[in-house]
Amino acid sequence: MTTKIKKERKHLLSIYYTAGYPYLDSTLSIAEELQKSGVNFLEIGFPYSDPVADGPTIQYSSQVALKNGMTLSVLFKQLQSLRDKVQIPVFLMGYLNPVLQYGVENFLKSCQEVGIKGVILPDMPLYAYENEFKPLFEKYDISLVFLVTPQTSEERIRKIDRLSKSFIYLLSSNSTTGKHLNVDAETEAYFKRIGEMKLNAPTIVGFGISDKNSFENAVKHTNGAIIGSAFVKQLHNSDEYLKKIKPFIEEIKK
Amino acid sequence: MSKYTVDKNGYYGPFGGAYIPEMLYPNVEELRKNYLSIIEDKTFKNDFHQLLKDYVGRPSPLYFAKRLSEKYQTNIFLKREDLNHTGAHKINNTIGQILLAERLGKKRIIAETGAGQHGVATATVCALKGMECVVYMGEVDIKRQAPNVARMKMMGATVIPATSGSRTLKDATNEALRDWINHPLDTHYIIGSVVGPHPYPDMVARFQSVISQETRTQLFTHTKKEFPDYAIACVGGGSNASGMFYHFLDDPEVKLIAVEAAGLGTDTEKTAATTKLGKEGVLHGSRSLLMQSPDGQVIEPYSISAGLDYPGIGPQHAWLFKSERALYAQATDEEAMQAAKLLTQLEGIIPAIESAHALAYLEKQTWKKEETLVICLSGRGDKDLDNYMKYFDL
Repeated sequence: MTTKIKKERKHLLSIYYTAGYPYLDSTLSIAEELQKSGVNFLEIGFPYSDPVADGPTIQYSSQVALKNGMTLSVLFKQLQSLRDKVQIPVFLMGYLNPVLQYGVENFLKSCQEVGIKGVILPDMPLYAYENEFKPLFEKYDISLVFLVTPQTSEERIRKIDRLSKSFIYLLSSNSTTGKHLNVDAETEAYFKRIGEMKLNAPTIVGFGISDKNSFENAVKHTNGAIIGSAFVKQLHNSDEYLKKIKPFIEEIKK
Repeated sequence: MSKYTVDKNGYYGPFGGAYIPEMLYPNVEELRKNYLSIIEDKTFKNDFHQLLKDYVGRPSPLYFAKRLSEKYQTNIFLKREDLNHTGAHKINNTIGQILLAERLGKKRIIAETGAGQHGVATATVCALKGMECVVYMGEVDIKRQAPNVARMKMMGATVIPATSGSRTLKDATNEALRDWINHPLDTHYIIGSVVGPHPYPDMVARFQSVISQETRTQLFTHTKKEFPDYAIACVGGGSNASGMFYHFLDDPEVKLIAVEAAGLGTDTEKTAATTKLGKEGVLHGSRSLLMQSPDGQVIEPYSISAGLDYPGIGPQHAWLFKSERALYAQATDEEAMQAAKLLTQLEGIIPAIESAHALAYLEKQTWKKEETLVICLSGRGDKDLDNYMKYFDL
């Protein structure tokens, strides 16, 4: 089993990428390369035809992945050797409908079998988790990661904190993925406000983190940050995509 | 409380809910908390009904179609939503939602549109109220529906092409939702059908329920009957059908018939017959029936009518189907086109191709002389002339 994302840890870097992009069988080799480059944990996206929370980059990678034949069944087959190769925590991220068709319990069971730590399902609402799915997540020891935005009320954040078993996904702004984050006084104050709430769960910032500067700004008051679209762009249109990973990560971490 | 309308948790049986990302939660929650108190408010009701009367031209007539009735040996009434300002039932909902948006203090309106009817109805009420209006429309539909694009632009709306996915209605809806995520404070999203997260399906149905409310009174005036034997409407997302059924839901004597677009046939891949081919799933924020692959990817539907090619149906319709309160039937492109031609030649009314699907149901059953049918003629056919010209070689 992998280790927990600890609340004391700082400067954690996570990378999101879409399974099956740029090629169907890229999934594991990208994970290995990211681990080698010093990334702290991973989010592997499974593609959906209608990703409403995503901007153009991840819409595109999802479309290509679907065309390449990526499905949840294919992904879990690929991930069977995940734990032989990758020791850092791995989360899956995607939309609810493919999970419903695969079967929620089946999905969580498959996650457990291949050693997935938790899942991020942006269109799984808090109330549905509480009323319907929580016992299943607990049965298979898979954590659901909740999103928090600058508009989320303190009361709701406290509730999310109580339900969070791995980390809280802090959105840098109310936006879709892939927008460049402008760290202004307001964003800074929001990160600070969350920091001062002394939450139990670690907080990791995502959406709009694309380079060293936005990464550093995001992690000042939080435990870490996630880079998605900016990383996925690196993989675009290149047979040499694996070679681009290390320099990209080094640039962020230096 | 009807068992066919929304419950206190936002569901219709197992369908409905609000499956939305956290970024949309504050907006949808604001609506959920306020929509009932706003639309039940006396001044709101006055404003709404005043505009429906003076601006839209309501009540729309309930017309006894004599020659059509003779042909089918029964009594057929047409609810003339085609005579509304902007040419379809869509305006009932946009009037309601713009008044609601005003009361919520919103400054900017966004909408999705397929054929362009809802886009036009939204651009219209935005012009009426002087609000900024952005309409998302699939790139493919923009090409198919040029006159409606021009109407929206003339009224001052910005029309943004949806270039993702299949570049049609479903993708326009995705883009509108993304816009809403990126404009969390000042924007109201006017959804055009009884789809989307709770409270949209219920809110839109309430605004459209004026259709059956008027029908009840008008039918009584015509026939001294309390209700018809049949209420028939076409279904894409299902807003005109929801409006046509609303005040008859709890009268089991009224048989409710919803007609989906079968496209080239339900045994082909070119169809939009959701209740035939769909399975339970989540799209655009609600749990309903959805046309999808075994892997849960949404399948692009097909119909000759741009207003019916949506891969799902509203959650209330999924429930009316599952509970068997309403019958869901299908009409092919060919059946709808022939029904349109028949109505045109017998009654001098050119229907929208969407509405022609409801008319096509007349062929699917034998009718009794003493029965009364009400068919919702949801829109007029001006926008479809190009299609009719090609199809009938006019």
